[in-house]
Amino acid sequence: MATISIEKLKKSYGRGADVVKGIDLKIEDGEFVTLVGPSGCGKSTLLNVIAGLESPTAGAVRIGDVDVTDRSPGDRDVAMVFQSYALYPHMTVAKNIGFPLENARVERSVIATRVRETAERLEIGHLLERKPRELSGGQRQRVALGRALVRRPKAFLFDEPLSNLDAALRTQMRAELKKLHEELGATFVYVTHDQAEAMTLSDRVVVLNAGVIQQVGPARTIYDDPANVFVAGFFGSPRINLVPPETLGQEPKRPGLLLGVRPENVAVGLDGDGTPEGAVRGEVYLVEPMGAETFVIVTLGAARVTARANAGFEAKTGATVWVRPDMTRSLWFDEKSGARA
Amino acid sequence: MKAPSMGARLATALGAAIAAVFFVGPFAWLLLTSLRPEGEITEVSLPSALSSSSYANAFHGRPFARVLLNSLVVAGATTIFCLAVASAAAFALAKLELRGKRALLSAALAVSMFPPIATVSPLYLALKEVHLLDTPLGLVIPHTTFALPLALWVLTGFFREIPDELYRAARVDGCSPFQAFRKVMVPLAMPGFATTAILVFIFSWNEFLYALTFTSSPSHRTVPVAISLFAGEHTEPWGEIAAASVIATLPLVIFTLMFQRRIVAGLTQGAVKG
Repeated sequence: MATISIEKLKKSYGRGADVVKGIDLKIEDGEFVTLVGPSGCGKSTLLNVIAGLESPTAGAVRIGDVDVTDRSPGDRDVAMVFQSYALYPHMTVAKNIGFPLENARVERSVIATRVRETAERLEIGHLLERKPRELSGGQRQRVALGRALVRRPKAFLFDEPLSNLDAALRTQMRAELKKLHEELGATFVYVTHDQAEAMTLSDRVVVLNAGVIQQVGPARTIYDDPANVFVAGFFGSPRINLVPPETLGQEPKRPGLLLGVRPENVAVGLDGDGTPEGAVRGEVYLVEPMGAETFVIVTLGAARVTARANAGFEAKTGATVWVRPDMTRSLWFDEKSGARA
Repeated sequence: MKAPSMGARLATALGAAIAAVFFVGPFAWLLLTSLRPEGEITEVSLPSALSSSSYANAFHGRPFARVLLNSLVVAGATTIFCLAVASAAAFALAKLELRGKRALLSAALAVSMFPPIATVSPLYLALKEVHLLDTPLGLVIPHTTFALPLALWVLTGFFREIPDELYRAARVDGCSPFQAFRKVMVPLAMPGFATTAILVFIFSWNEFLYALTFTSSPSHRTVPVAISLFAGEHTEPWGEIAAASVIATLPLVIFTLMFQRRIVAGLTQGAVKG
């Protein structure tokens, strides 16, 4: 158990290729922090620097009270779960899980007990003598998790560990990971490009873009109160509507502002049912039934706006509808800088 | 899948037969010659009887057993040295952050382009200077240097195919770079080691020019040189040459079969992804 602090961290590959451009971040003891951003934003590099697999160009990494910037990965007491699981194919499951302990010269009998305990906990006790190639994707994922758990490290690092699983298994493993974090109370640093994973899993989300932290905060805050257009657009599915305010019949406080309003805060209705006050009229571009709800994409002049309707909503493409934004939940952004206005 | 037609199967069989005759034919002929009774050596017909006298004669009056041992020692040591040096270098080239990787690999390839004959005189003088002429080590060193580029290229290819994440995982799991190499990379590169070992062993076993030039005494010669010197001033002992050649081929066959079991495809299967 330990805090992780990252101080003025920079990483560049060769001339001009700055992947991480000066990051300060403090991760509390026992916190579940997600690093999220599009590919190439520097999140994996940041994780690798914490793990010690890459050395920073400038800055420092502290785990607990110790400056580990120049320590090799094995001396940092962190465990890592990789995207591809990275199981050692020539070793049995038991050997895979016990490998970190073996390297730490733990006694054989102790290794055997701890491997068994860890495997039982992850419900893979019956697979200990198998080789990785004989396992399913979900089972491999558990072995990779076991190899990290068995060490009882100061912190756990995850590099997109669920992205190779199919959708159903991913949701299940996601829940299990969250439960595991609750039980262990250990520090988790989790990298993903999936905003849904970031939202559901973490205590705090760190949004990265182009090597710079865009916003740090609890998922709820990031969603409701994004710092800029990038964060607002990255979180939420379907994407937030970002339109010139006039499109939705709104007056901006000053020129050069963009109106952001999430689909669930845009009401939509058929033209015949009576247009409520403050609504604007447009044409249906596309209707997307999702089961529990239906998203309606409406053409408003040059812009398109996504609105959420009830599950039973039906309309033909081209039909006239009204849309009305909930202005109490609206967000204003500066058009040029992208910052919140 | 549709079953192949009769014609297609016939064509396949014919092709296989031609290939078999092409590759096995000369060896079969050699084997037959080595087993002919002495009077029939030059005849084309099937031998009237099988005789092992050529085999006995091959060892008679010359240190052929010693020569076989020399070849085993030289080729074996060359293989071990080559694998030890090339595997460490290949691992570094494939997995570690190094400047000028490509340049290094190209340089290795360029070095191997030198025709051996161009290097014979300088090597001879160099070996003479360090008193290694006419010794096994005097052959092992040039053989190793000449086989190294090939070994390096083959092994680098094999190491590259091992996913990076396995090396990283080993590092996080507490291995030093060398431990990661020994405990994870080497076991996974076994098919590469087997392939390289076979290639290097065969190269060294068959090498003629250096072996001829750098050894003078009959008891220090290697197999190819010794067999080439079987012929006397007035005699061509074909039977003995054939018998010796068959014997010389056996270690290669055994060595290949031994390592072939290691060359199993899909050894890394299950390492990564689903």
